[in-house]
Amino acid sequence: MINATTALKAESRDLNFFYSNGNQALKSVSMPLYENKITALIGPSGCGKSTFLRCFNRMHDLYPGNKYEGQIVMHPDNTNILEAGVDPIEVRMRISMVFQKPNPFPKSIFENVAYGLRVRGEKNKRTVADKVEEALKGAALWNEVKDRQQDLAFNLSGGQQQRLCIARALATDPEIMLFDEPTSALDPIATANIEELMSELKSKLTILVVTHNMQQAARVSDYTAYMYLGEMMEYGDTDTIFTRPTRKETEDYITGKFG
Amino acid sequence: MNTATNMQNQSTALSISPRLAKNVRRNIKERVIELILMLAALSAVFTTFAIVAILLYESLGFFKVVSLVEFFTSTEWTPLFEDAHYGIMPLVSGTLTTSAVALAVAVPVGTIGAIYLSEFASHKTREIVKPMLELLVGVPTIAFGYFALLFVTPLLQKVFPELPGFNMLSAGIVMGVMIVPYIASVAEDAMRAVPMSMREGSYAMGATRFQTAIRVVTPAAVSGIVAAYILAISRAVGETMVVAVAAGQQPTLTFNPMDGAATITAYIVQVAMGDLPHGSIGYQSIFAAGLVLFALTLGFNIIGHIVRKKFREQY
Repeated sequence: MINATTALKAESRDLNFFYSNGNQALKSVSMPLYENKITALIGPSGCGKSTFLRCFNRMHDLYPGNKYEGQIVMHPDNTNILEAGVDPIEVRMRISMVFQKPNPFPKSIFENVAYGLRVRGEKNKRTVADKVEEALKGAALWNEVKDRQQDLAFNLSGGQQQRLCIARALATDPEIMLFDEPTSALDPIATANIEELMSELKSKLTILVVTHNMQQAARVSDYTAYMYLGEMMEYGDTDTIFTRPTRKETEDYITGKFG
Repeated sequence: MNTATNMQNQSTALSISPRLAKNVRRNIKERVIELILMLAALSAVFTTFAIVAILLYESLGFFKVVSLVEFFTSTEWTPLFEDAHYGIMPLVSGTLTTSAVALAVAVPVGTIGAIYLSEFASHKTREIVKPMLELLVGVPTIAFGYFALLFVTPLLQKVFPELPGFNMLSAGIVMGVMIVPYIASVAEDAMRAVPMSMREGSYAMGATRFQTAIRVVTPAAVSGIVAAYILAISRAVGETMVVAVAAGQQPTLTFNPMDGAATITAYIVQVAMGDLPHGSIGYQSIFAAGLVLFALTLGFNIIGHIVRKKFREQY
């Protein structure tokens, strides 16, 4: 089962989440997030997996009326990041996110990657340039863009844009990276590139990924959580979930009987 | 060869089934609708061309008497005096100075207002503030003119005692206030059209609201914001009543906003209100002035168009 030597990076404890219209999107969700591992969230549309993911960087704070209950504890701080006294901006500085559709800024390739550093007030040109290069290399994009870093980011292909967004998220050395269906807008080759990249990245950070694609979950993740109607149905290491799920619902979803 | 001719025979031999035949009545109806729509669209184009034609025609009479050199180099504009001078520059300087003052007020205030409304105000605040702002557009410009003359000028005179009763500063400031809603409204629409995913991308990087507004939303909406500025420039250059009432009607070649001066529009309205014989040089001078006004606005519009194309929407 779960390897006892892996450290806990974060963990949700009895997390409830309510949208401003009163809808309860998450019901008492508890799940660990192990350091330097990839955890995949799977489940049918509307099951709350994206909602759950977006709790980790307090994205729901952007829209008034949303409410969290319960805890997401981040380590090593041992702090509940949903606490009122926690600054969501500080949380987002340490937990970065890659979105479903590539969303580069209307800036050059270089400035896109430098954005997080600029926002943090980094003024040293040398530091910024080094970090940008490192992040572009980390996102396997450096060789393709190193000679045209001043080009607009929109001139890149969809797959390149998504890797640019990963580079942008990498540039600030986050501890956790959230991926919200990062390949659903990409072709199979670009998807394979991103998946490979995720596997490389986990040596540096902890990854939580939402995916609609079960093969993807099986390919890249170490742990898998199956969610349904806002509840955590089953959590375990990926091999077990995909070969010997304990619950009938999980098995039905995985084998394509529904969803 | 044989099969090819066979197929040809087949295709010529086929008759069109009545259910698939062209529907003549529907086709005619479509044509008529298309024609009506086209006429409606063309009416605006036609009007523009008609205006330009009349401006050109009447100005032609003017330029038979006044040379282009005199028109562009003379520093006096006194077409109705005994000793007539026909230099358009005093009117152009008045127009540019009042417009510059107006834009110096309207661009920052309008842009900041748009950023506030789009990125900071709650839904409720926006729903209250925006219609109120747009209400300003409905205030007759003559009211703004007297507001400038009777309220803003005395106020300014407390700060600058030497300020004359008619001055371009007061007219420009009030005109700027008048234009704020145009900029705020159009720029806000452009900012709100920036996809939420782009803002989320910025917030997810740990950016604050202000950083997101300035570094991501504004550059993404720059095309629409520039469009707002162009609209504002056209409004300022073409504005008549405020400057006619508050800036004085004395054509003076000056770029000092503390002076009084006439703008092109103020001259046109002043002359048009008097009774000038049709076809006289004074009468024709308003068309020449109008032509310059048209060229000025057109020039700004073209510049704006180029700038917009350069920063077209990039998301």
